[in-house]
Amino acid sequence: MNEHLLTATNINRIFVSKQRSFTALDNINLTIGNHEFVSLLGPSGCGKSTFLRLVAGLDSASSGSLQMNGSILDKPGRDRGVVFQQYSLLPWLLAWQNVAFALKKEKNMRSAEKKELAYHFLDLVGLKGFEEIYPSQMSGGMQQRVAIARALVIKPPLLLMDEPFGALDAQTRRDMQDLLVTIFKETRSSVLFVTHDVDEAIYLSDRVYIMATNPGRIAKQIDIHLSDDKDWSIQLSEPFINYKKEILMELKQQKKNVHQSK
Amino acid sequence: MRFKIISGSGIILVLAVWAFITYTGMVGSLFLPTPTAVILEARKQIEDGIFFQDIWISFYRILIGFLLATLFALPIGVMMGTSKTWKAFWEPIVGFVRYMPVVAFIPLSILWFGTSDMQKFFIIFFGVFFQQVIMIADNCKTVKKSVVEVGLTLGLNRLEVIKDIVVKAAMPSIWDTLRTVWGWAWTYLVVAELVAATSGLGFRIMQAQRYLSTETIILGILTIGLLGLITDTIFGLLAKMMFPWHEKEKINN
Ligand SMILES: Nc1ncnc2c1ncn2[C@@H]1O[C@H](COP(=O)(O)OP(=O)(O)O)[C@@H](O)[C@H]1O
Ligand SMILES: [Mg+2]
Repeated sequence: MNEHLLTATNINRIFVSKQRSFTALDNINLTIGNHEFVSLLGPSGCGKSTFLRLVAGLDSASSGSLQMNGSILDKPGRDRGVVFQQYSLLPWLLAWQNVAFALKKEKNMRSAEKKELAYHFLDLVGLKGFEEIYPSQMSGGMQQRVAIARALVIKPPLLLMDEPFGALDAQTRRDMQDLLVTIFKETRSSVLFVTHDVDEAIYLSDRVYIMATNPGRIAKQIDIHLSDDKDWSIQLSEPFINYKKEILMELKQQKKNVHQSK
Repeated sequence: MRFKIISGSGIILVLAVWAFITYTGMVGSLFLPTPTAVILEARKQIEDGIFFQDIWISFYRILIGFLLATLFALPIGVMMGTSKTWKAFWEPIVGFVRYMPVVAFIPLSILWFGTSDMQKFFIIFFGVFFQQVIMIADNCKTVKKSVVEVGLTLGLNRLEVIKDIVVKAAMPSIWDTLRTVWGWAWTYLVVAELVAATSGLGFRIMQAQRYLSTETIILGILTIGLLGLITDTIFGLLAKMMFPWHEKEKINN
């Protein structure tokens, strides 16, 4: 009945400490359809990570409901793959072992099979030949590729990515974005992608939720219609620039509101 | 290489000072024997067959005491470091007992176990166990939350996260803990042997005191130092073999 993969309804997240209570998420409503790439875009501190952690099952909402395929999400699970911003590889495992670690729960799979699969997914993210090195021997970009391979190898219907390229240099970042575009043409998972980079959000997404801060909320939703066969040059096209204008105007408006309310 | 020369020169300096003040007679041989006297004593002990026998007996006592302590400290430390409930249970006991001086338990331990090996195991266990527990718990607490969450998102349960992530991540620092505590174990052993033993390095030193045989005392002390150095080096080499990833991390940072 439910055509959406993920449905968030009236989500609030209030952090309560001894001194104060802080509303990190205020009445969030959003949906992610099958095969849809959805971005959360917003300034730092607007609650993007907080929301992603709720979906990942690493944290619970104060109120509201979060459903995936009709069932309530309240704990982590292998139907959601997560790519964190950084430092998420297990340093004592080789690249391929890090990927194969995600298959630990596959009791019926032989270890040779796991290794083969790990090698395949490393190949997919462009790390052929680097299977047998430790994370400490990799650059930040390579580590994120391994992290992506690890998230993909369990073939989750929903992939959660929290500023996965935030710590990378501009060039590596562009390469990784193109890599994502290629991979998702193949795997067709749904993605919830967190970023504060406007171009990145437009380039990758089918839909962008622009968030505002204090309290963290969704300010605007923009559907993106760009060619499926896009490459980086689309970023110079007119539709792309129009989206960018629209988003930047919205972000600017937010700032103005903040000043006025002061 | 440069650092080997520097370390070497430090030792040579100490030896030189020792040689100088003893050979020139600045310090009487009753108070501090000459290097020659110590070497001769070593040869005599080796010929009599007691040198390696003492070492073996002392080493054996430490090994058993230390292994027993580690066997229990490891799971309890990990429990304390990963669960608030278990921490609440163990902390008062461990926190209280670890401030009791082990040495004060020696008389009691003799009453219980006589001068047997059991008594040495007990003293070493007592001296080492509680420190190990606290330190291992701390080692586990320093594991980054981010890697724990990786385990959770991959569907591991609590026990699997502890076994496959926390313990693995903390292992190099746990190993460092064991290495440090192993050094303390030597001290406790020698104290135990000084008071109540009929064999071992500590006993040899104690016996020598009665006959004012200072070269035997110095030989015993040097032997203990050397054994400490050797075992410490072995700990270091094993760490390199077991945690190659950790070495590489250190070089990067
Ligand atoms: N565990 C927490 N306890 C208290 N406050 C938190 C916690 N996690 C996040 N916050 C607060 O919630 C707000 C949103 O944080 P976050 O979701 O990390 O923002 P973003 O990812 O958009 O930069 C911030 O003001 C942050 O300080
Ligand atoms: Mg964030």
